[in-house]
Amino acid sequence: MAAVLEAFRVSKRFGGITAVDGVSFEVREGEILGIIGPNGCGKSTLFNCLLGQLQPSAGEVRLDGRVTTGMRPCDLNRLGVSRTFQLLQIFPKLSVRENLILAAQEHKGTMLSRLFGPRDAGLSAAADQMIAFFKLGPLADELAGGLSYGQQKLLDAAMAFMAGPRLVLLDEPAGGVNLTMLASLKDRLKAFHLERGATFVVIEHNMDFVMSLCTRVLVLAEGRVLAEGLPAEVRANPAVIEAYLGH
Amino acid sequence: MMARLNYAGLAIAIAFLILAPLEFHRYGLYILSQWAVMTIAAIGLNLTLGYAGQVSLAQGAFVGVGAYCAAILTTHGWPLVGAAALALALCFVIGWLLGYPALRVQHHYLAFVTLAFSTLAFLVFRNESWLTGGTEGIDGVPRPNLLGLSTTPHLRYYYFCLFVLALVTVAMLGLVRSPWGRAFIALRENPLRALSLGVDTRRYILMAFAIGSALGGLAGVLYAPLVGLVEPPAFTLTLSLNLLMMVIVGGSGYFLGPFLGALVAVLLPEWLRGLENYYLIFYALLVMGLLIYSPTGLIGIADRFLTARRARAASAARAALGASIERP
Repeated sequence: MAAVLEAFRVSKRFGGITAVDGVSFEVREGEILGIIGPNGCGKSTLFNCLLGQLQPSAGEVRLDGRVTTGMRPCDLNRLGVSRTFQLLQIFPKLSVRENLILAAQEHKGTMLSRLFGPRDAGLSAAADQMIAFFKLGPLADELAGGLSYGQQKLLDAAMAFMAGPRLVLLDEPAGGVNLTMLASLKDRLKAFHLERGATFVVIEHNMDFVMSLCTRVLVLAEGRVLAEGLPAEVRANPAVIEAYLGH
Repeated sequence: MMARLNYAGLAIAIAFLILAPLEFHRYGLYILSQWAVMTIAAIGLNLTLGYAGQVSLAQGAFVGVGAYCAAILTTHGWPLVGAAALALALCFVIGWLLGYPALRVQHHYLAFVTLAFSTLAFLVFRNESWLTGGTEGIDGVPRPNLLGLSTTPHLRYYYFCLFVLALVTVAMLGLVRSPWGRAFIALRENPLRALSLGVDTRRYILMAFAIGSALGGLAGVLYAPLVGLVEPPAFTLTLSLNLLMMVIVGGSGYFLGPFLGALVAVLLPEWLRGLENYYLIFYALLVMGLLIYSPTGLIGIADRFLTARRARAASAARAALGASIERP
């Protein structure tokens, strides 16, 4: 399978601390790649380097073979790379539908066409489809800030999917979500993956969530790649067990 | 029902603005014209601050730039419309440039940067006498002839100001209801997420400054012939702070906020004139009281009642939905 995203010896240093240390890996078309590792192993820093939020100190990131290191997050997003954040990031003063329209409105046309074009940028129907897909139907016109935490989490994920991305990076999607909501979130992620054929990268602490969702797993420890393989292989790897459980 | 009430209120307000002045004397017309002019500047600041969330203490300086543009050019024989076009373009460009610091600093720091620009503009107005007339300013700014009619009579000039305010209102309504308005709000609420959703935050920040500043300039263009005299003390930091207060007292980020805020800021000093020196103390207490009761300003009070009504209806729907959605 072709690589959608490749990281080549990506490093990130903050002063004397090396958070990410020469990490290389590839994300293959259509897979759900899980990235796991103990706290502080550099998962989120790596994510931010891949997404243009941080500039890597060294190394290169390629999207479909094209070097994207140094690109701004908004330009990268318009190339079809989407993300969610560890903490909930929605726009509380916009309605659910407006949140979703915003998530895709910058993807077509120009500044001028958006100024003089239709108010919903022609996205109302797509937004309502996404609302239905995430089963948020009756909440479409509610302010996002008025939703429950679980509903906001679903909206947060829906926004990342709204522009029809080919690659979605999810930073701890299961964080702070109760069990029933987690099940419906996982169900929706799987459905989206199946129906739209998008490629996912998931950072997660919740091992059960990773093992049941991901098709391949990458383990980071102290900023380096410790292991890589199928979920079952990784779980059986002695080095991984040691990194997680200590001596 | 509520929407019908809103439209009725709006119709009454517009009818008042058109009909009432027929009975007004010179001073009343002057005050109302000033309201229209300050509202335009406050609408601009409301875009920059209220919608896009970028603090600016320089709006008064842009009113100054517009006023000097109009004064200098019309006393040299330019038509006011030409001066307005130049002032809009000039303030748009300066506002765009002033937006650059906002790409690096936010909140208080941004306030300081814009304050520095405000001071700089004042120094130029006062010291560059060859251009601005220095401390004496420029006197005798003529009122324009429009469609063959002289606007020297106060009533006609008032209608001219009201007409420009109406144009600005319609244009701004179109802007904030377009996808741009949504992007500006996203910028204010969560710039990090906006950026990750493809919103070119840099360009929208610069646009918010440029458009807001251009409207400040347009207000200045109307101000010059209204007062007839353009001099530096009118455009100090005090004016910027006053405009900031109009936006906040009216309701920052609400479309009608600047209209109400400017009304308070222009009328209240007149009504409280009897208090003489105590006026400022009284005014300050009133504003503090308002902002404690309703941090979202005058519109916020109305909004609070409306939201309470809506919330009651919505919570019933939510309760029904919550039961179905939490179930796996």
